Amino acid sequence: MWLTDWLNGLPPMWIYLLIPLAPLAGALVAGLGGWALRGKAHRAPIAGVTVAFLLSLYVLYRVMHGITYYGDVYTWGILGHLRVSVGFDIDSLTAVMLVVVTFVSLCVHVYTIGYMHGDPGYARFFSYIALFTFSMLMLVMANSFLQLFFGWEAVGLVSYLLIGFWFARESANQASLKAFIVNRVGDFGFLVGIAAIYHYCGSLDYRTVFARIPDLAGQTFSLVPGHPWSVLTWIAILLFVGAMGKSAQVPLHVWLPESMEGPTPISALIHAATMVTAGIFMVARMSAIYEQSATALTVILLVGAITALFMGLVGLVQNDIKRIIAYSTLSQLGYMTAALGVSAFSAAIFHLMTHAFFKALLFLAAGSVIHAMANEQDIRKMGGLRRYMPVTYVTFLIGSLALAGIPPLAGFFSKDLIIEAVSASQLPGARLAECMLVAGALVTGLYTFRMFFLVFHGRPRMDEQTRSHLHESPWVITVPLAVLAVPAVASGWIFFSPVGLGHFLASSLTIRPSLNSVAEAAAQWHGSMAAFVADGLGGWTFWLAVLGIALAFYFYVLRDGLPASLQTILAPAVWILRWKYGFDAFNQAVLVRGVLLLGRRFWHWGDEKVIDGLVVNGTAQGVGRAALSWRRLQTGYIYHYAFVMIIGLILFMTYFMIWRG
Amino acid sequence: MVFPAGVLTDAIWAPILGGFLVLAVGDRNGRLARWLALAVSLLTFVLTIPLLTRFNTHTAAMQFVERIPWIPALHIHYHLGIDGISLWFILLTSFLTVLVVVASWTSIQKRVAQYLAAFLIMDGLMIGVFCALDAILFYVFWEAMLIPMFLIIGVWGGARRVYATIKFFLYTFLGSVLMLVALLYLYFQSGHSFDLLTYQETPLGLGPQIWIFLAFLMAFAVKIPMWPVHTWLPDAHVEAPTGGSVILAAVMLKMGAYGFLRLSLPITPDASHHLAWLMILLSLVAIVYIALVAIVQQDMKKLIAYSSIAHMGFVTLGLFVFTATAMEGSILQMLSHGFISAAMFLCVGVLYDRMHTRDIHAYGGVASVMPVFATLMMVFAMGNVGLPGTSGFVGEFMVVLGTYPEHPWAAILAATGLVTGAAYTLWLFKRVIFGAVFRPEVALLKDLNGREVLVLGSLAVLTLLMGVWPAPFLDIVHQSVHHLLGQAAVSKIPG
Repeated sequence: MWLTDWLNGLPPMWIYLLIPLAPLAGALVAGLGGWALRGKAHRAPIAGVTVAFLLSLYVLYRVMHGITYYGDVYTWGILGHLRVSVGFDIDSLTAVMLVVVTFVSLCVHVYTIGYMHGDPGYARFFSYIALFTFSMLMLVMANSFLQLFFGWEAVGLVSYLLIGFWFARESANQASLKAFIVNRVGDFGFLVGIAAIYHYCGSLDYRTVFARIPDLAGQTFSLVPGHPWSVLTWIAILLFVGAMGKSAQVPLHVWLPESMEGPTPISALIHAATMVTAGIFMVARMSAIYEQSATALTVILLVGAITALFMGLVGLVQNDIKRIIAYSTLSQLGYMTAALGVSAFSAAIFHLMTHAFFKALLFLAAGSVIHAMANEQDIRKMGGLRRYMPVTYVTFLIGSLALAGIPPLAGFFSKDLIIEAVSASQLPGARLAECMLVAGALVTGLYTFRMFFLVFHGRPRMDEQTRSHLHESPWVITVPLAVLAVPAVASGWIFFSPVGLGHFLASSLTIRPSLNSVAEAAAQWHGSMAAFVADGLGGWTFWLAVLGIALAFYFYVLRDGLPASLQTILAPAVWILRWKYGFDAFNQAVLVRGVLLLGRRFWHWGDEKVIDGLVVNGTAQGVGRAALSWRRLQTGYIYHYAFVMIIGLILFMTYFMIWRG
Repeated sequence: MVFPAGVLTDAIWAPILGGFLVLAVGDRNGRLARWLALAVSLLTFVLTIPLLTRFNTHTAAMQFVERIPWIPALHIHYHLGIDGISLWFILLTSFLTVLVVVASWTSIQKRVAQYLAAFLIMDGLMIGVFCALDAILFYVFWEAMLIPMFLIIGVWGGARRVYATIKFFLYTFLGSVLMLVALLYLYFQSGHSFDLLTYQETPLGLGPQIWIFLAFLMAFAVKIPMWPVHTWLPDAHVEAPTGGSVILAAVMLKMGAYGFLRLSLPITPDASHHLAWLMILLSLVAIVYIALVAIVQQDMKKLIAYSSIAHMGFVTLGLFVFTATAMEGSILQMLSHGFISAAMFLCVGVLYDRMHTRDIHAYGGVASVMPVFATLMMVFAMGNVGLPGTSGFVGEFMVVLGTYPEHPWAAILAATGLVTGAAYTLWLFKRVIFGAVFRPEVALLKDLNGREVLVLGSLAVLTLLMGVWPAPFLDIVHQSVHHLLGQAAVSKIPG
């Protein structure tokens, strides 16, 4: 074919460069020319992302044929003696991420044409999401910690800008500020981790660092004298703190639910499908480091399992459609993190991928609902929408079934694989984590279908005016839904063995044979997908998910008065969930207030009373009292001082001349 | 010409003579004074460009050296020269003076010629500080550059300008006098020389080194400023006119750190190592304590002033861990701070010119009426936060990286600046730029004019360029930093 011939003839660097730069160019055109382009501002970003998507497919094709790439584009700088470059590491893991990111991004771009139509910030929005795509691509293509950190912070910036997109809203500004600062807490750990890597490995380049890692095994250092810590555990946990911020793991999860203040397309793209999975990607990329520290892996496993179960539970009591999906995202990120903890990196990436599809689908379908409901997001005021919005209804159902883990949809394969891997793991805490993850399946089914039934079934509860305006969304919205529904259904069984079992990803990952939980789990069903499915259909997870759905059906369709009475019986539990375990209250009352109080104390007491009051002004007053006559010099006229200074200087000079001469 | 027309001499004296020329034109013809000042500042900037193009990056030796006897009886020389450490600061000074002249085009109506002349004369004197290799010459430039700054704050300043100026005067003058004493001591120790390069070779016992170091510290710590001698800075910034704040933050604060690099570290290497713990401690206090103070400020200029002190904490930290990465990081941090703090003060100036208040609560929703301004200010806010891709990241990153191997705790504490820096900068941004417009005055604000876009846009380009590609900035400083670290590593204690 002429196209592939032509592409093959290009220097590979050009192709790799074009992938992030095409969306960047689109962002610049939309950003700088937005005032002139107005309603056409989407063209350049969509063209850029389309180019990136097509080239990503081509890169995947090449990687499948064994053509990987590792090289530098330019020297960023020589830091002391260390050359640090910007470059690309193109292997199977990167290729999978490239395709997922650009595919979801493209769907969201098209969807945005309809969703943001007529918004005064139309061009700005497209500029931001294209800039986001650029940043995310730089992150996944990085071949050094410097570039990883660049992408990491740049996606955080765009996320901040997009959460606060409607900047006239106080709640949006509050949420964006919170998101940035909480992420920065994670990045603090990440930065110290990078500094530790620089110290122990003498490089920031992936290959050089990974090659040095085995030598560090068993090496210890003492941050606190008398307490030797393993160097690799320290590094692994510091980097994971960064992942906890970005991938919203307890206790750094608090920013994600509030990020829903942003427009729905970015909730789908950034806060469900791509950016929040950066932490998962990062840990998988650093598998060479994590495999050396069972302690770090255990921490990751438990943090993930806790997030998976407890954030899902909060989702049960939310009434805002976007917040329910946001808590579900937290919970699903917890599943991915738990998979990382048992070294099932491939399963984590598999779930990242299927989740990107079905969660983006759910968010975009929720956006379609919100659009039709004239920006109403409270599911208690919806109901019966299936008659008005058939395409949204079907796609939402597909997304919900995939999320709940019902075969043959995508979520079943990836989630079940994670639970199988955790149950095969021998790490301390793996049994506890397994219980939490299995219980999470019931919770997932329940909150997902509570939302689904309240929105689409039952009697319509909206006011008459809203109901009369209910309508299916235009094609720019429904087509991306339909497109995303395809991988939400099919990506599970298609990618089960290359991605899930890691046959394709293996070259990018480092897994110690003794920790390889995916291989151990696969051995039970001899690597056969049919056996895996059969196993899954007979397992707890599947039946608990079905039970969850059935309960939701019973509570919210058959006996819709029951939830209210249940709530009064379970009042304390409901209160704790509504209180979200007190994380926000604690942060506000202790951390925020503490910092402000400390700042004021330092300012008023330290600076004003002690330094200025006692020392500076005190000295001045003391001198003044001692020699009243000096006060006459303090005329307050600046030219007097200037004059005296110049005279003084001349006197100094003269004095030395005479003294010496 | 009375003076030899060396490149450095031209760069120092062209703006000073030009300043007097502007003064001669007088206030009656404000228009002519403005154009003349612009021409002089542009000429100075052009005169400093050959320093960069003809700079040899392969040597740590002084370049463009000029040396003629000044007061032969005292062995005082008119001795100039630059290396990789001073080069960027000279360019920064001459470039920012151009921006200040352009930025104050309409905002200064009172005594225009005198105002502009003060900046031009200060331009030359500051370049002089960065070039001087003779102790007395250095001292003269060092003290003389304060006079225009006193005048700028004292004449064109805000309501409490007298208090601020006196405070500024007392602090800096007390500090510098001790430096003079130390320089005189060195004169006798070195066998009657005022040559700074000779001082670098002069053997000194640990005791004298410590006294000299502390004397220098008084002068430099006040200038930077380091905690606890920083309280003059917020007052000075609040009262200074925009141009004064820009030069004060972007160039004058760097003098202190430059003093450490040129005097303290090479002249008293043993004392520098001996007292490094103190310097690191004070730096960390600046990063942690001052950042918390910055968060609770209500006055935009005060907030940025405190943020400057916190950022300078990274500079002093990087100087005293004695690794190439950290020291180069310090220098880049200074340069980056020169762009970003200048831009932040210019941004406040833009708002102040329109609203005549610096109170954060008087604003809100500026983005709705001034989108171009909001976009540019976002770039600088991100630089202030230290986001990768902006210049603000490079220095902080290198200082943290370079500090970790020597003092992991210091690196960890310094890295908290990542969180606090985001908190004070973005909270400021949220309250001023975002939000609903709730004041009619804000609703009437006009977006940037072409002149303002030019000034802020050029700084934004520099901020991004240095963030994306710091290599050329680093290449200039490598040799000088390695040389200086070599000097600092060798003990000068005799015997």
